[in-house]
Amino acid sequence: MSATTVLPAIGVAMGLAIVLGAALGWAATRLRPDADRLVESIDALLPQTQCGQCRYPGCRPYAEAIARGDADIDQCPPGGEDTVHALAALLGRDPKPPDPAFGATKPRLVAVIDEARCIGCALCLPACPVDAIVGAQRFMHTVIEQQCTGCELCLPPCPVDCIELRPPLVSGRLRTRRAAQARP
Amino acid sequence: MTARSTFPPGLELEARKAAPMRQPLRVAPAPPWVVLALDQGSGDAALPLLTPGARVRIGTPVGRAAGEAAVDVHSPVAGVVRSVESRPLPGPTGAGPCIVIENDGSEELETGFAPIDWATLAPQDLLARIRSAGIAGLGGAAFPAHAKLAAARERSATHLVLNGAECEPWICCDDALMRERAADVLLGAQVLLHACGAAKCTIAVEDDKPEAIAAIAVALAAAADPRIEVATLRAIYPAGAERQLLAAVTGLEVPYDALPPAIGLMCQNVGTAAAAARLVRTGQPITTRIVTVTGSGVRQPANLEARLGTPIGDLVAACGGYESEPLRLIAGGSMTGRALATDAVPLTQAVNCVVVATAADLAARGREMPCIRCGDCATVCPPGLLPQSLLRAIAAGDDDQVARHGLADCIECGCCDYVCPSRIPLTARFRAARETRRARLDERQRAAEARDRFARHEERLAATAEADRQAFEAARSRARGEREG
Repeated sequence: MSATTVLPAIGVAMGLAIVLGAALGWAATRLRPDADRLVESIDALLPQTQCGQCRYPGCRPYAEAIARGDADIDQCPPGGEDTVHALAALLGRDPKPPDPAFGATKPRLVAVIDEARCIGCALCLPACPVDAIVGAQRFMHTVIEQQCTGCELCLPPCPVDCIELRPPLVSGRLRTRRAAQARP
Repeated sequence: MTARSTFPPGLELEARKAAPMRQPLRVAPAPPWVVLALDQGSGDAALPLLTPGARVRIGTPVGRAAGEAAVDVHSPVAGVVRSVESRPLPGPTGAGPCIVIENDGSEELETGFAPIDWATLAPQDLLARIRSAGIAGLGGAAFPAHAKLAAARERSATHLVLNGAECEPWICCDDALMRERAADVLLGAQVLLHACGAAKCTIAVEDDKPEAIAAIAVALAAAADPRIEVATLRAIYPAGAERQLLAAVTGLEVPYDALPPAIGLMCQNVGTAAAAARLVRTGQPITTRIVTVTGSGVRQPANLEARLGTPIGDLVAACGGYESEPLRLIAGGSMTGRALATDAVPLTQAVNCVVVATAADLAARGREMPCIRCGDCATVCPPGLLPQSLLRAIAAGDDDQVARHGLADCIECGCCDYVCPSRIPLTARFRAARETRRARLDERQRAAEARDRFARHEERLAATAEADRQAFEAARSRARGEREG
């Protein structure tokens, strides 16, 4: 085998390596998945309970922490196994059971204020992350059931312990049967 | 691709309707308590208008429709509202908000009801009256009648079909209605024609109800309305399903992604027509419906005109009580009905039949075996789906394939179940898949709302904190100025 047949082949191979390497290098920096978009798609899979059991102050901050690599995907008790699976599929990781250190998965409950015991102190109003409590100082408060996420954050500030969690009264159908069956 | 025959494949089933038809249609006694469901069966609840302790009379509004599929609810008895709470219901959710009213027996009627001069009323006003009367489709789906009629009017539908097919085994409340109150059905047909603006009306009845057809023919001769005709259908299940009925009567097939008004058709149950007739005769909202109470577990099977909200147990008592320990209570017929957990479940506008089934009525189903891909389910499926493929897509959890195989087009008729040699409960699986899908969509919407509210909450807290800080800074600089000055 003579150098005249090998050299062009080496040249072509090197040329290809340089061109492809440059293209990949450019793509790695310029076409990197948008961090914001990654946070968005993680946030979209979280249950939006805003309970803080993951030790971040809300679902969005937890999504940001996952995107940065600071938090694991098994820290969301309200989301349970389904959320871990969805996150694992999105991020290309292995699914695992939710970490019990962060709390147990429970069915959706809603906060109900015992109106006979409520003293109208308004301490629970700023604690509610989704503003689902209606009330004012020295007026009775009440929880809008449809908007309550069951995060339990209103329980600690209440000085008279008049809030408790119960299964929702309305089964939570937000739309009609026909609309739900219509194609997307 | 060749066009599918417009007549549904379907099944020929044993009717089992004879026993209740031996008794005349009668009025059930008013129960001591009524449990009035705010969701009358359409899947959308009305908002309660009264609080416990409020006095009501017959026809007093107690719930107002908020969503598009809910209907207004009126008290069927005179008495006192005792509670507003979640109670077991016959629908797919199994429970829902109800108004519980104690009947004081005075039968006092709400004031201000007068017959409606419907022929001179503008159709829009007539539709508004039908809406405020709370009339839902009485065939079983309980979708608000006014909404369907308004859609037909908007799309200028030309042909109204009144559904008296009643194809499902056990159910015979429409048969009883047509035999004994044919004049009401005819008057209702005229009222609905006026409301929806159609030019022609066909009353469709299966050929296994000759007495009903004869009664309608007599009433039709008396009414002498050339716009109305009677059509006789071959008795085949599910000829009474909306799309299948329209195809059988008119030869037109409603597109899978559209509703009947899109091709100029409108379908209403004969019971709904009779309810509209009662509305124009008396001006009163709907507070009763006709229901079949049957099955070998009840002493005297019969058709009853009962108050909405009557517990099923009271209906059975009105028919002589339980013959023996029932094996299963079913709301609806044997094909599409739902098993009830308790006889405390109240009557709603969606419940056309109660089957008190014993072992004599329920064939042992046998153990479920794997699908052998025989394709029998596909040959009987009235909307022309491939139930076996749909089932596989559901088992695999593949949402795209589930949608492609038409889960939304399944009419839950139960034909595939019935013929399956492997005894696979296909319809139950499809229903469950629909419920999970709906629950997931609801969950997603709730999450989206919570996300927005959380973002606004954070914004507001940040703005308040910033305003406080600025106020503090301003106060401090003012204090400094005063000290120096």
